[in-house]
Order: sequence, then C-alpha cells, then structure tokens
Amino acid sequence: MSQAIERARTYLKPHKKLPTVWCAGCGLGIIMGSLTRVMSGMGLEKNKTATISGIGCTGRLPTYIDTNTLHTTHGRALGFATGVKLANPELTVVTAMGDGDAVAIGGNHFIHACRRNIDITAIVANNCIYGMTGGQYSPTTPHGKRGTTAPYGNVEYEFDIVSLAAGAGATFVARTSVYHVRELDKILERAIRHPGFSVVEVVSNCYTSYGRLNKFSGPVDMFKWMKESAVTVKQAADMSPEQLKGKFIRGVHVERDQPEFIEVYDKLAEELTTDSSVVNQNLRATIESYQRLGNRLKARIE
Amino acid sequence: MSGNNERSIWVMQGNEACSVGAVAAGVDFFAGYPITPSSEIAEFMARHLPLIGGRFIQMEDEIGSIAAIIGASLAGARSMTATSGPGFSLMQENLGLACLAEIPCVIVNVQRAGPSTGLPTQPAQGDVMQTRWGTHGDHAIIALAPATVLECIELTARCVSLSEEFRTPVVLLMDEVIGHMRESVEVPAPGSYKVHSRPHPRDEQEDYQPFCGGLSGIPPMAHFGGPHRFHVTGLTHDERGFPTMVPEEVDRKIRGIVGKIEDRADDLAMNEETMTDDCEVLLFAYGSSARVAKASLRVLRERGLKAGLLRVKTIWPFSGKRLRELAPQLRSIIVPEMNLGQLVTEVERAVAGVVPVRHFGRVDGHLFEPDQITDFVLEEIAS
Repeated sequence: MSQAIERARTYLKPHKKLPTVWCAGCGLGIIMGSLTRVMSGMGLEKNKTATISGIGCTGRLPTYIDTNTLHTTHGRALGFATGVKLANPELTVVTAMGDGDAVAIGGNHFIHACRRNIDITAIVANNCIYGMTGGQYSPTTPHGKRGTTAPYGNVEYEFDIVSLAAGAGATFVARTSVYHVRELDKILERAIRHPGFSVVEVVSNCYTSYGRLNKFSGPVDMFKWMKESAVTVKQAADMSPEQLKGKFIRGVHVERDQPEFIEVYDKLAEELTTDSSVVNQNLRATIESYQRLGNRLKARIE
Repeated sequence: MSGNNERSIWVMQGNEACSVGAVAAGVDFFAGYPITPSSEIAEFMARHLPLIGGRFIQMEDEIGSIAAIIGASLAGARSMTATSGPGFSLMQENLGLACLAEIPCVIVNVQRAGPSTGLPTQPAQGDVMQTRWGTHGDHAIIALAPATVLECIELTARCVSLSEEFRTPVVLLMDEVIGHMRESVEVPAPGSYKVHSRPHPRDEQEDYQPFCGGLSGIPPMAHFGGPHRFHVTGLTHDERGFPTMVPEEVDRKIRGIVGKIEDRADDLAMNEETMTDDCEVLLFAYGSSARVAKASLRVLRERGLKAGLLRVKTIWPFSGKRLRELAPQLRSIIVPEMNLGQLVTEVERAVAGVVPVRHFGRVDGHLFEPDQITDFVLEEIAS
C-alpha cells in the first residue's frame, strides 16, 4: 500500500510546493490523489500525458500534477484539449473541470465534446457551487439550496451532468463521489482507458462555500450526506422516481463503442491519400481552377 | 508582355490565397467556425489539410476555435483560425492567454462592417484598435494587413513565421474587399518564403524553463509530447510557468511580452512607398483603402499636387520611424480609413504635431472611390 502511495506521489510535481490552494476538508485533494494513483498504476508516461483545466478551484488541479499541464481560461479546457489531442494523438489527455466550468460557461464545449467523441477524459468535480468566488449558485446547485447569489434558496433547477453527457452522445459516462474513493480509482482508470470521450462526474464537497450556507456542520457531515445519498446503478434500477428523490446514482451509466474522431478522420485521410489519384484529383482540381482563370488572363495580356 | 511560358499565373480570391500562404508556410492544423466573409478559408483548409497530412476541425464557436489552435500549437502544430468581427470579439480572452503564455498561432480576421452583426458582407477597417487592445491587460500584438491577393499569400506565410519566431499570436487583418477580390498572382516557387520555426530547447537540457525571456527575449519552446514536460497557465507566471504574485516577477513578465515585440517595432515595419521622394502631401493607408489611395495619386499629380503614399503592411507594432523621417518635407498627412479614426491616432502620435494630420473616414459599408479621396485631398489643401 505504502509503495503504491509513494509511486502515486511521484506524479506530483517535485518543485511545486504543497499544501495546495484548497481549503481544509475540500474534496479536490481526494480527486487529485485518485488521479495520481490511477496515472501511476497505469504507468502513464508523464511526458506523453497532458492534464488540462479551466478556471476555479478545480482549475488549479493540473498545477500539481507532474505531466504536461495546461491551466486555461474559464470553461474552455475542452477546446484547448481538443487542439492538443488533434495535434498529437499519442498523448493521453485528461481534463479537470468544476461544475460551473464544465456545464455553465463551458457547457457548449462540453456537449460538443461529448458528441465528437475525441479520446479525452473529462473529470467534472461537482460541488454544486462556485467555490473560488465565494459561493454563488451554479448550474448544479439543487433547487431550493442556498448560494450567496441565491440567499433565499435557488429558484432554478439543476443540471443532471450524467444525463446531459449521455444525451449529448458521450460514449463513456460515470458518476461517483469523493466518499467512494475505491470506485473513483476504478472508474477513472476505465475512463482513461476508454477509447473515446469519457465523462466522470465526481460528486465533491465544498464546505467553505456550500456547506456553511446549507446547514452542514462540517466537511464530515457532507461526506455522510454523500454516503447516504448515493445509490448504485444496480440499486437504482429497482427504485421508483419517488424513492430516488434526493439521491444520486453512482457507477458507470454509459459505456459503448463508437469510432473515435481522430481514428475516423485519419482513416478517411489515409483512404484519400493512399489512392493518390484522389489526392491528385482534388489538388489538381484546385490548381486547375486557378490556372484556368489565370490562362484566360494570360491570353489577354500577351 | 515577355511571353515567358515558364511563368505560372493563377487567378484566385484573397481568402483562397491566404489559405495557400498558410499551407505553404507549413500550417498543419486549422480550427474554425463559419462566418462571413471568411468562410472560404475554413472550406479550403477542410478540403486540403487531410490530403497533406494535417487536421481540420470545425468547432462549436470561435472561442473553441482559438482554444483549439492554441492547444494544437502547444502540442507542436503550426496552427491557424480565420474569422470576422463578431468571431474575433469572441476570441479576445483566449488571444490574451496566447500572448501571456507565449504560444504561437495565427488568427485571420477578414474585417466586415460593425459593430455587432453590422454588415456581414460589406468591408470595413473597424477592428484595428480591437486587434491592438481587444484583450484585457497590457500586452503587445503583431498584425499585418495585405492589400493584394499576392500579399494574402505572402503575409499569411509571414504571420506564421513571425508567430513562431516571436512565440506570440499574430493577426492577419484582411477586409472583405481583399478577402473576396480575385486577382492574378504569379505563383511563388516552392520554398520562396523563409518561415521561422519556434526556438526549441535542446533535448538533453536539464531544468528547462519555458518562460525565461526576461524583458525582451524570446524563450525556447518545448511541446507537449516532447522530451520536456512543462506547465502553462493564463495566470501571471514565473520563468518555470508557475503562478506568481511577486511584484518583480510579475513586472518582468508583463514588460517581457510587450518588450519582445515593441522593442523590435522598427525592424518589423513593412511599408510600400509610392512617389514619396518629393511628396508634400502624404497619404497614409493600409489594406483595401491603400489601393484606392494609390489610384488617386495619379490624378493628384496631374493636378500639380506633389502627393505620395505610405502604405503600411505592418499595422502592429506601429512604427512611426518612416513618418518622422518624411515629416520635414510634408505640408499635410491624410489618412483614409474605413472607420471613424483608428490608426490615424498612431500617425498623430508619431509626428507629434510637426505636420497636420487629417483623417478621412468612410463607414457606410463601401470602399472609397478614387475621386472621393482626390476631392478630399484637394479641398484640404485649398483650405
């Protein structure tokens, strides 16, 4: 066990000083711990891995991970990740986003990334709040819960990230929580190995900004809530909507085969270029269309 | 004509020429979102990149497009996107990230009349200041403006080269007239443009520091997947790339990304001069407006006015050197722009009251006509 921990530790940047920027009791350290265990367990080559994030508390996660790391603008991690992966498909690309980052400001990129099926793993740390800015309600803050911008309770209804990802066409969709750490490790590994776009929603806790406003007595209280509110996909299958109220369903929700974007693109390109007549035809057609016009002009000026 | 059959003359559109220039300069990644009047560039790239070993992707919006080209560049590609005013506005935040994180990429803006949706199919030169100051915070930018279809090839290739050389985003500022105009071009021989590659660190170098340029230098750039792994952030960072709030480090970083470009403004200046040797009235113009200004010169000379034209191809960084050199011989500088006064403010700054500077703006969605400029100049001189 301790050897595994030591190995995982090597996936933290040696010259980046700990502790992290995160508050005591925050769930993000658990997610980062899981990610380093999975990366080391899989033996991911650090130089061939890119960890990419947007803005917010979760956005700080790559700063500590000893791979190539990219901390981008708010909501845009998947746009950057798309470019990184397309330019160098041999890289393993993992993005880490919070709920506001992934499905509010980055919602458009999120659904289109799900639809495209590029081989990127998207971790969404869902703590139901904008933590770094001090507790404003997010698209996953449950109806009625409080945020600093929902002082009387949230009027809006929340996104179900799993349904959103599945509906948008993601080929691997799972949910677990920072309480269910062993499951988190297993799911993260499966998601990274999945050849296509994978979404892992990790229900997390922000005591500082969410817990205090919503009558949790401390981080431990929030972990208890996670323990008690989680039902497995299997259990949920036999439960009525009434019974499922206030629960979240953990486990793998979607896992299906669909050709990956770059694979399809490159195959098409290969077909086009193996048949040199197609390349020639296409390039020649372009050149000739310009030349035809040019020749007409040349005839006139000569 | 010489009748030399070796010459290969093509007729193409500015947008197509821009694409040809990009491919010639080694662009192998393009991400874009459809927008008039730039879409032909994306269409060309979609058709040709898979045939020559590159990759194209149509993103969900312009924010995603610029994010993707920055990401691709970090992973080693030569990358480009193309858009117009509304899309360019959406790109501003990530443009700033590319400036701060010193990531080369090329953004083509085929300007149309704004603000807002404006006139999607009509030309303007209203994005000159947005190009310079559109993203928040202190930074510098390189922007080039072609005036001919051939220049769309040449300057796009030059943009790629400069972005690599300076580790910075570079903007090609076209306008609808240049983008959609068809013109004959003599096809440049392969390899006729020298295109720089970004400075690379040595593979075996230990303790690679990706942002060690200091106040005016350009630090070597590794790529994701290569022998060096590194951290990149939009937070203000130290030489290693980690966030810093140490005043000296922050100051050095910001002065560095500005200094590496602004300190070389005179070297980066590309001008074309017409009849400036003896001119007393100088027309100062760029892009499609400069074509019209050039046409008006002949009439002005026939009317006995010693007029000349200084056409700038490098819009940013702005170099006032040539203007200051010409100033002593000038009675007046006239700046026709398809806006209500943008680059003219830099001209005024450069000559600092030594010569009167007058702006002539048109914002009705149409290009100037030569007579308009001629009449304006004659009226100005008479008054």
